[in-house]
Amino acid sequence: MIPRIYIPGDSGALALGAEKVAKAVRAELAERGIEAKIVRNGSRGAYFLEPMVEVATEKGRVAYGPVKPSDVKSLFDSGFLTGGHHKRWLGAPDKIPFLAKQTRLTFARCGINDPLSLDAYKSLGGLKGLQNAVAMAPLDIVKQVTESGLRGRGGAGFPTGIKWKTVLDTAGERKYIVCNADEGDSATFADRMIMEGDPFVLIEGMTIAGIATGATKGFVYIRSEYPHAVAVMNKAVEVARKAGVLGVNVLGSPNAFDMEIRVGAGAYVCGEETSLLNSLEGKRGVVRAKPPLPAIQGLFGKPTVINNVISLASVPIIMDKGAAFYKDFGMGRSRGTIPIQIAGNVKFGGLFEAAFGMTLGEIVDDIGGGTATGRPVKAVQVGGPLGAYFPRGLFDTPFDYEEFAKRDGLIGHAGITVFDDTADMLKQARFAMEFCAIESCGKCTPCRIGSTRGVETIDRLAAGIEPEKNLALVTDLCNTMKFGSLCALGGFTPYPVMSSITHFPEDFKPAPARVAAE
Amino acid sequence: MTMQPASTEIASRIAAIVQELKDLEGPLLPILHGIQEEFGHVPHDVLPVIADGLNLSRAEVHGVVTFYHDFRAKPAGRHVLKLCQAEACQSMGSDAVAAKIKQLLGIGFHETTRDGSVTLEPVYCLGLCACSPSAMLDGEVIGRLDDEKIEEIVAEVRS
Repeated sequence: MIPRIYIPGDSGALALGAEKVAKAVRAELAERGIEAKIVRNGSRGAYFLEPMVEVATEKGRVAYGPVKPSDVKSLFDSGFLTGGHHKRWLGAPDKIPFLAKQTRLTFARCGINDPLSLDAYKSLGGLKGLQNAVAMAPLDIVKQVTESGLRGRGGAGFPTGIKWKTVLDTAGERKYIVCNADEGDSATFADRMIMEGDPFVLIEGMTIAGIATGATKGFVYIRSEYPHAVAVMNKAVEVARKAGVLGVNVLGSPNAFDMEIRVGAGAYVCGEETSLLNSLEGKRGVVRAKPPLPAIQGLFGKPTVINNVISLASVPIIMDKGAAFYKDFGMGRSRGTIPIQIAGNVKFGGLFEAAFGMTLGEIVDDIGGGTATGRPVKAVQVGGPLGAYFPRGLFDTPFDYEEFAKRDGLIGHAGITVFDDTADMLKQARFAMEFCAIESCGKCTPCRIGSTRGVETIDRLAAGIEPEKNLALVTDLCNTMKFGSLCALGGFTPYPVMSSITHFPEDFKPAPARVAAE
Repeated sequence: MTMQPASTEIASRIAAIVQELKDLEGPLLPILHGIQEEFGHVPHDVLPVIADGLNLSRAEVHGVVTFYHDFRAKPAGRHVLKLCQAEACQSMGSDAVAAKIKQLLGIGFHETTRDGSVTLEPVYCLGLCACSPSAMLDGEVIGRLDDEKIEEIVAEVRS
C-alpha cells in the first residue's frame, strides 16, 4: 500500500504554512526515495493545531500538529508514515479532545478527505439526502425540512422550511436558489471551511432546495476575500456536472438543476439578502425594502430561496437521516447543531460544531481555553461586527437564538471573538460605528448619517467633552438606528455600541488625568 | 494624441470582455472582475464601452463601479498587501501590526509606495479569525502575523 499523507489545503492552514510543509514533505519523500500520495484535504477546524498533517496507517489515521517545515525531517526520522511517535504526535484525529467533544452533522466530512473527490464524498455518506429527495414530492421535502426545525444560519434564524414553502407556493416560470456565501462577519469562517473542505455538501443542499421549490437555477455568491473558496467551488460544480449530480437530469431523475459561482466585490452590506440580490443582478448593492419578500419577488423579480451556506449544507443530513434525527439535537426553538467559530484572542481557536444549548462560558473557557495571551477574558463579541459584547457576568447564557435575544444580544452566524483585559470598549464601540459608516449602502438615513454622527459623538466622549450629554446622545442615536434602519447593518450596529456602554461603563468615563487637568 | 492608439486597444479588449460575458444573467459584476483581472483596474474612461454593450446608461455603470471597494480606478502597486482590521484581528493586536507596517513602508492605508512596489489596504475579515492577526499578500493568505513575518513581507514587497 502506498502511504497517504494528508496536508490541508484550507486557507486557514495555508495561512499557517501548510504549503511550505507540503513542499518540505515532497522534498523529503524525493530525497528518501519513498513513494507516497499527498492528499490536500480541507481543515477539521482545530486551527490551533494547523497545519495538522495526517497519515493513513493500518490502525487508522494518525495526526501530527502543528507541523512546521523544520519538523518534517524529524517526522520522517520518527517513522511518522506508520504513526511513529514525535513531539508533534496527536494520535487519532477524532480522539483529539477539541474534535471528540463535537457533534458533527453539517461538518461531518469537512477536513477528512480531498474536497474535490466525489467518490470520497459518497464513501462518507454523501448524496444520500439527494437520492432520497429525488424520489419525493416537493411538498414532502419542504415538510421534512420544516419539521427538522432548521433555522437560517446566516443570523436571522428564520425557519428554512417556511421560506421554501413560500417559494414552492408562488407561481413562476423561473425560480432561483441563491446561496449567501458573503461571509463578512469577523470571527466567522464556517462558510469558508465548508466551501473549501466539503463543497459537494453545499451543492447537494442547493440541489435539494431546487427540487423542493421548483427552482432550476442556483447561484452561490461568494465574497472576493475568499479566492480559495471560489476556486474549489468552481471545480466542484464542474465535477458535479460531469457526474450528473447537476444538469438536466439530477441523479438520473427528471429534475433539472444547475448552478453558477459568482464573486462579490468587497461590499460587506452584500451579505444582507436583498442587497446581495441587487449585486447579483449587476446593480449597486443597495438594500431593498421588504415586502415584497425575496421568496415572492427575489432575483430578477422571480421567486427566490436565499439561504446561508450552513443552512443549505445542513439540508443533506436532514434528508438522509430524517427530520426527527436532526431535531433531537438542541434546545427550545433552536434545533439541531450550530458550528460555533471560536476566534480572536483565544487559546484553542477553531470551529466547534455542537448542539444548541452550551453556555457561553463553556465555549470560551472550557473549549476555547481562555485567552491566547493568558490574560483574563474581558469581553466576548458574539455574532460578528453587529453582535453584542458580553462580559463574564453573562457567561451563563446558553447558545440559543432566543436566550441571546433576551440578553440584548444575538448569535448571528455564530462567530465569537474573545478579547482580553487590554481591550478598550470605547474604542470597540467607536469601531462599530466607523465600520457601519464605511459599509453603509447609503439607502436609509439612520444608517448612512447616524453611523458618522455616532463616530463623532463617541470621539467627543473620548475627549471628555460633556460626557453625560454625549452618552445620552449616543443612546438616543442607537435607538433611532435600531428602529429606523432598513436592514441589519444600521439596525444592529447599536448592539456592539450599547452593550459596550451597558456592560463596561468604566471605559466610557472620562480619563482621570483629563478630569484633573480641567 | 500619442495615447490614442493605446486607449483604442484597451477599449476594443474591453468590448471583447463585454461580448464574452454579456449573456450571463446579471453580467455586470463578472465583466468588471474580468476587466480588473486583465488590466489591474477598471479605467473609468472606458465605462461607456460597457454601458453600450449592456444597453445601460453611463451613470448606471459608474454607480456600480464606484459602489464596490474592490474596483480600482487606478492601477495598484506591483504587490497588494491587505491587512485585516476587523474585530478578531483587533483582539490580537492588528492595530500595532498595521502601525508597524505603515512605518516600515512609509505609507498609509489606500496608498502606494512612490516606487510603485506595493499598495497597502485594510480589509474587513479574511475568514482567518482563529489565526489572527492576518493578512493577504497578492492573494496569498498569512496568519498569526508577528515581527518575523512582518519583516519577511516587507522584504518581499521591496525586492
